[in-house]
Amino acid sequence: MSSAVNIPPQFEVVDRPLDTQMTISMGPQHPSTHGVLRLELVLDGEMVVKATPDIGYLHTGMEKLFEYKKYQQGIVITDRMDYLNPLGNNLAYVMAVEKLLEIEIPERAQTIRVLTCELQRIASHLVWLGTHALDIGAMTVFFYCFREREKILNLIEAASGGRLTPSYFRIGGLMMDLPAGFERRVQQFQDGFLKSVDEFHTLLTGNTIFQRRTQGVGYISAEDAVDWGLSGPCLRGSGVDLDIRRANPYTGYEKYDFEVPTETGCDVWARYLVRMREMKECHKIVAQALSRLRPGPVKADAPKVVLPDREAMKTHMDALIHHFLIVAEGFDVPAGEVYQPIEASKGELGVYVKSDGGPKPSRVHFRGPSFVNLSALPHMAEGCMVADIVAIIGSLDIVLGEIDR
Amino acid sequence: MTTGANSENNAPENTANDPQQQSTTPPWSSLRVALQQVNQAWITSTIEAVGETTVVVPREHIVAICSHLKSAPETRFDFLADICGADRGVEEEPRFEVNYHLFSTTKHHRLRLKVVLNEEDAHVPTVTGVWRTANWHERETFDLLGIIFDGHPDLRRILLPDDWQGHALRKDFPLRGYEPYSLK
Repeated sequence: MSSAVNIPPQFEVVDRPLDTQMTISMGPQHPSTHGVLRLELVLDGEMVVKATPDIGYLHTGMEKLFEYKKYQQGIVITDRMDYLNPLGNNLAYVMAVEKLLEIEIPERAQTIRVLTCELQRIASHLVWLGTHALDIGAMTVFFYCFREREKILNLIEAASGGRLTPSYFRIGGLMMDLPAGFERRVQQFQDGFLKSVDEFHTLLTGNTIFQRRTQGVGYISAEDAVDWGLSGPCLRGSGVDLDIRRANPYTGYEKYDFEVPTETGCDVWARYLVRMREMKECHKIVAQALSRLRPGPVKADAPKVVLPDREAMKTHMDALIHHFLIVAEGFDVPAGEVYQPIEASKGELGVYVKSDGGPKPSRVHFRGPSFVNLSALPHMAEGCMVADIVAIIGSLDIVLGEIDR
Repeated sequence: MTTGANSENNAPENTANDPQQQSTTPPWSSLRVALQQVNQAWITSTIEAVGETTVVVPREHIVAICSHLKSAPETRFDFLADICGADRGVEEEPRFEVNYHLFSTTKHHRLRLKVVLNEEDAHVPTVTGVWRTANWHERETFDLLGIIFDGHPDLRRILLPDDWQGHALRKDFPLRGYEPYSLK
């Protein structure tokens, strides 16, 4: 029958082989890529054969900039890397420099660092939860998350003056002490937060669509996760019990009582559960830090490194001289090199600082957890559907500002 | 360190170094013992400063020592935290260095391996065969410092565009770049 029909050659159906592949570009303006990430996807039908991330759209040469700035000026650059967890970046950087200087941080400053960093970690996880759910199609969660995050940003603003770029920590301590009534405001947030976490669970955890979109998607085994250098909740979602706060304690974390949540599902769902449980652990640490707050100095006793108080400057000649020298010339850091890892909200944030002895570093390098976690995306994405890519990116919790630096 | 000679009269301060009580010794000392068992031809020098251990490695042995440290039961460096290059300065010789920050997910100790390279011959073998995570770290080091990782499966620029001239983190690269990118 068909041979009898005369088809003009331009309408002839070309018999394509079944394994024909198509390459498409996802991003850099795709909303689910959380910034300007471009993925080059090789597709077979709707199945992903190969995914190649293309990064660098936000590269601003921050590591180069550090070499031209004095040590204390570098703090404000760190805010702009992982802009959802700026206090964590501040902490890693100032701790690296403090390690080179070998100065002791007073107890109160350490406690405030833990308190604010854990609040920041909750805020970072809230943005992850809201956007992850939004990508998968649950829009309501986003508003609930940002309502809670707003309270934390208000607290951070009260302490430091900045919402997104606090630069609250200084080499040798803090910018200044907490404002009056801060503890009460944190307590107010604490009282309502656990109920909010339950609300998030009501919205998502029992949701069949969310479960079907996340369970079994983006599988990475424990061995592969370690080999690919995954860290933070992504690694713990693969059943590896590793938290830098426990493994290499810093800022007094060894004195706090908290659990390290792990899940053995190795998929997007497991990483979701880890972060949801982690928010409750952060809540626990904040409560302990609040009870540990005792009056005391918030700056180390190192007059050549730490800026003096305003009052001392007006009454003491040497304080005025030190202030002038720190601002005008900076301070010399002994030659050497350090690598300071911390558990940021997304995983191991490592700062490598190399000093030649002057007031400016010779090299500063950031090991961003998002950078390394994203490098494992091709491994997780192969063989899944295009729509699953969105779920996997969401579960990695990447921030492009930190990846591109 | 305790030696076999004075183990007869067990002084109380020496008991911490007794092999049967290894768990009481700080982690860096067990790491030091483990490093002594590594082939000494692989190690140029060992530096200990500010609580961190750095091992300088000749570049031809970097893959061998990495594989050994990853698999040996007393080190178990299964996690490559970071690779970062550094430019010591235009006049320095050797000019470049590559730092490998290793971590053990079971023993929780850390170690830095360092390879120093001359400017004319800035080549180092890749460790992507040991840890797959080295892939992007090495691409970044190549992109920003121009260090070539021999045997790397996909050594392309990662942060800067493919047509970028020069390597931005070298000390002789101007902060604001060359024309037409410069804004003066």
